[in-house]
Amino acid sequence: MKSHAEQDAGTVLSSGWCCHPCDWLHGILSSVPQFTNSPTLIVMVGLPARGKTYISKKLTRYLNWIGVPTKVFNLGQYRREVQSYKSFEFFRPDNEEAMQIRKACASNALKDVVIYFSKEHGQVAVFDATNTTRERRVSIVSFAKEKGYKVFFVESICDDPDIIAQNIADVKVSSPDYLNCDKEEALADFLKRIECYKQTYVPLDDEKDRRLSYIKIFNVGSRYLVNCVQDHIQSRIVYYLMNIHVTPRSIYLSRHGESNMNLLGRIGGDSGLSPRGHKYATALGTFIKSQHIKDLKVWTSHMKRTIQTAEHLGIPYEQWKALNEIDAGVCEEMTYEEIQDNHPEEFALRDQDKYRYRYPKGESYEDLVHRLEPVIMELERQENVLVVCHQAVMRCLLAYLLDKTADELPYLKCPLHTALKLTPVAYGCKVEHVFLNIEAVNTHRERPGNVDVSRDPEEALKTIPDHF
Amino acid sequence: MLVLYCPQGASVPQFTNSPTLIVMVGLPARGKTYISKKLTRYLNWIGVPTKVFNLGQYRREVQSYKSFEFFRPDNEEAMQIRKACASNALKDVVIYFSKEHGQVAVFDATNTTRERRVSIVSFAKEKGYKVFFVESICDDPDIIAQNIADVKVSSPDYLNCDKEEALADFLKRIECYKQTYVPLDDEKDRRLSYIKIFNVGSRYLVNCVQDHIQSRIVYYLMNIHVTPRSIYLSRHGESNMNLLGRIGGDSGLSPRGHKYATALGTFIKSQHIKDLKVWTSHMKRTIQTAEHLGIPYEQWKALNEIDAGVCEEMTYEEIQDNHPEEFALRDQDKYRYRYPKGESYEDLVHRLEPVIMELERQENVLVVCHQAVMRCLLAYLLDKTADELPYLKCPLHTALKLTPVAYGCKVEHVFLNIEAVNTHRERPGVSFTKHVHLLQAQYKIIKCIIDSQYASVASDVVWHSVKVAQHVVNQTFSQAILTLGCRINDHT
Repeated sequence: MKSHAEQDAGTVLSSGWCCHPCDWLHGILSSVPQFTNSPTLIVMVGLPARGKTYISKKLTRYLNWIGVPTKVFNLGQYRREVQSYKSFEFFRPDNEEAMQIRKACASNALKDVVIYFSKEHGQVAVFDATNTTRERRVSIVSFAKEKGYKVFFVESICDDPDIIAQNIADVKVSSPDYLNCDKEEALADFLKRIECYKQTYVPLDDEKDRRLSYIKIFNVGSRYLVNCVQDHIQSRIVYYLMNIHVTPRSIYLSRHGESNMNLLGRIGGDSGLSPRGHKYATALGTFIKSQHIKDLKVWTSHMKRTIQTAEHLGIPYEQWKALNEIDAGVCEEMTYEEIQDNHPEEFALRDQDKYRYRYPKGESYEDLVHRLEPVIMELERQENVLVVCHQAVMRCLLAYLLDKTADELPYLKCPLHTALKLTPVAYGCKVEHVFLNIEAVNTHRERPGNVDVSRDPEEALKTIPDHF
Repeated sequence: MLVLYCPQGASVPQFTNSPTLIVMVGLPARGKTYISKKLTRYLNWIGVPTKVFNLGQYRREVQSYKSFEFFRPDNEEAMQIRKACASNALKDVVIYFSKEHGQVAVFDATNTTRERRVSIVSFAKEKGYKVFFVESICDDPDIIAQNIADVKVSSPDYLNCDKEEALADFLKRIECYKQTYVPLDDEKDRRLSYIKIFNVGSRYLVNCVQDHIQSRIVYYLMNIHVTPRSIYLSRHGESNMNLLGRIGGDSGLSPRGHKYATALGTFIKSQHIKDLKVWTSHMKRTIQTAEHLGIPYEQWKALNEIDAGVCEEMTYEEIQDNHPEEFALRDQDKYRYRYPKGESYEDLVHRLEPVIMELERQENVLVVCHQAVMRCLLAYLLDKTADELPYLKCPLHTALKLTPVAYGCKVEHVFLNIEAVNTHRERPGVSFTKHVHLLQAQYKIIKCIIDSQYASVASDVVWHSVKVAQHVVNQTFSQAILTLGCRINDHT
C-alpha cells in the first residue's frame, strides 16, 4: 500500500491541495485535518488601548496550542527599534517625517510576514497595529491578494472610559515608551496619543467593507459583528474570540492525590488514592476553603483517583471524560522498567519525540491536546475553576495557559500534591505554586541523554523516578 | 439476575442549569422553520433534549386557512386567535420543561413585534427560563422566492391552491407582517441575548451570549449554509476482520473489499462531483479504500471506529463466552453502554461533533468510515433518536448519497454490486424472543422424541439448539438442553 505521504511528497495535486513536508507530516501524524491551504493574515484594527495586543497574544497562544503555527507582528516593536519614543507628537497626523517612518515600519513588518509564511512554515500571522485608516487597510488587502494570503480583520471598538482607563493603567504606563516617565505624565501623553488617532479613525464599514472578512468586537465582548467568514480557521478564530472574557478570575490546577499505581511506579490504570493521597485531598479541601473563592466550579476526569480527590472538597463537581489521563495503550499499568523490557524500541521512540509519539493502541500528547480543546474553550468561558486532573493532561493545560511549546510541554513539571493557582495578568498569567505539605512519590521522568533505539537499558532507565 | 446499567455520569458536562427558550424572529419565508428544525436536530444529537414549537401548526389546528386576510394587522378576531395559539404553545413549553425533561425549546413564529417579544421575555423571566433570540433578516428577493417555492406553496395552508395562487397569497401575507415588523434594535434591545443572521449567513450580529449552550448555538448557526451539495457516506471495503466476524482491530481490506474500493472510485467519477472532499479515519481499511479513489483525502482520528476496549478483535461468540454479562448489558442500552476500557456510542457522538461541524461548513464531501461511526453521522443527518442510532443499517459495500432538501435530507442507497459479509446485529429484543420461542419449541420436540425413543435423531437437533442458545442471554436454558443432550447420548 502506497502511503499518502509517498504519493504526495513535493507535488501540487489537482484540487490545489499543496504539499510540503510540514503538510504531509501534519496530515499523517496529527489528529486534525489541514485547516487551511492559504496562509491567513489576521489584521487587528482599533484605537490604542482597545485590547488589540491582548487579543493578538491570546489568539496566537491558542492557535499555536491547537497546532496552527501562528506569530504576532507588533508594529509598536518595529517602531521602537528605529525610533526612541519622545512624545505623542510622533503620532500627529500632520507629522510627515514620522508618517514616513511609520509606513516603513509597516512595510518591514509585512516583509517579515512573507518570510514567516514562505520560509518558516507559518500558517497564521497576526498584524498587531492600529490599522485605523481605510487607506492602510486597502494597501494590506492588495498586498495579501498579491501574495495569495487570506485576510481576516479583528476590530476592537470600545467607548467605555473605565475599560480604557484600566487598560492604560495595566499595560501602557509600564510600556517601554514610558520608561523614564512617572505615571501621571505617561497617562496624559497616552491620552493625547489616542486623540491623534481618533482624528483619522475610520472603522470598518457595514456597506463599504461588506466583502471583507472580519469580526467587530464591541466593549470587550458584549456584542460582535461577524462578516463573511471564509473558512474553517476563521470560524474557529471567531468562536474563540467570542468565548474569551477579561473578568478577573483564577484557575486552579491540581493532579489527583497520590494513587496506588503511583506508589508502584506504574503508569495509567484506574486505581484509587493511597493513604497519603487521601490526606492530600483533605488538605486541598482545606486550602480551597481558605481561599474563599467565589462560585468555584470543580472539574474532574472519569477516573477514580480524581473523583476521590474531589470528593474530599465537599463541593459539587463535574466529570469530563476529556480530562482522562493519556491512554498508554499496550503500556497501560506497566512500570518504566517493564516498558523498557517489553517495548524497548517504543520507549526510545517516545524519548525522541515525546509530543507526537503515540503509544501503540494509545494516544500521543498531540491527541491529548486535540481532546482537551473543548475543555480549554469552556475554561475560557468560565470564571473561577479548579481542575483536578492527571500529569499529562495538566501538562497540556499548563502549556496552553503559560504559552509553552510542543517541545517543552511533555517535560513540564507537574508534581503530585502541588496545586497551581493561575491568575491572568496583563498579557500573561501569574503562577503560584502551593505545596500542601503531604509527601508523595515523584512521577516526573526527564528526557534521558541517549534516545537512540540501540541504547542500553541502563541508559533508558537513567531518569526514571523512584517507586516501591 | 439482569443488572441495570447506570452510567456514573454522562460524558458531557451540564450545559445549562435553567432551560433555554430560543425565540425565532423574522418575516415569513426567512428560514425560521429551517433553522429551528436544523438546530433542534443538532442539539438533540449532542444530547441536549430540544423541541420545536411551531406556531403555524397550533394555528392550523384551530383555524383552517382561507387567505392572507387572516394576517391583516387590523383583523381583531384573527389577532385574538393568534394570541391564544401563542399562549397555548408557551403552555406546552412549560410542560416540556417541567415534566418532559426538556432543556431547550425553540419557539418557531414570526415574533415580529416588540410587544410580542416583551411578553415572551416576561413569561420566561417569571418561569426562570433563559431567552435567546434568533432573528433572520433577508432582503434578497431571489432567496425569498426560492424559500417560497421550496416549502411554502406546498404547505398545508395551500393544499387546494395552484402554485400561482399560493405564491400571490403568500406574498400578500408577508406584506401584512411587514407593516408591523420591528427588528431587534441595537440600542433598545442591548440587554437581550440574540443573534441576527443577515442574508443566509454572510453576516451575523451577536449580542450578550449568556452561557455555554448559547455559545454552542451561535457557533453552530454561524457554520451552517444552504448552498446545494451532497454528502456521501460509505464504510470501508470489506476487511479481513469482517470476514472472520471479528470486531474492531486495524486490518486491511479483503479482496472483495479492494473490488469495492475500485467500484466506489468508478461511481464517484461518474457522479462528476464538483470539488469533492474525501475524509477517512486513521485506520488502514478506510485509508486503503480511499487510495483507490485517486483523489486526495484527509485523515481524521475522530472518524476511527468505536473502541471496543477489552472486546477488541473478538467475535460475538467470544464476547459471549468471555464477557457474557457485559454482552447483555450492551444489549440493554446499546447507546450508553461503554465497553470496559473502551467507548460507548454516546462517547462516539461527542468525539464526532467537530466532524459534523466541519461537514456543515463544507460542500461536497465523501466520508469513508466505519459501522458505528456511520450510524452516528447518519443519525445526525436523518434526525434519528439515541434509541434508533445503534441499530441503523449501514451495510458494507453500500454508499449513501444524502442531499439536503426542504426541511430534511433525501437519501439514495447505492449498492455497488460487490458481495460482502453482513456485520449488522439486530436489537436482541427481536431475536431474543424469537430464539426463546424456538428453543421452547425444540425442547418440546426433543422431549417427545426422547420419550418416543428416537434418540439418534434428537442429538442433531440438540446440538443445533445449543449453538443457537449461545446467542441467548439466559444460559440456564442452554444448560438444560446440554443436560438433555447428555441423557440422549447415554441412551444411544
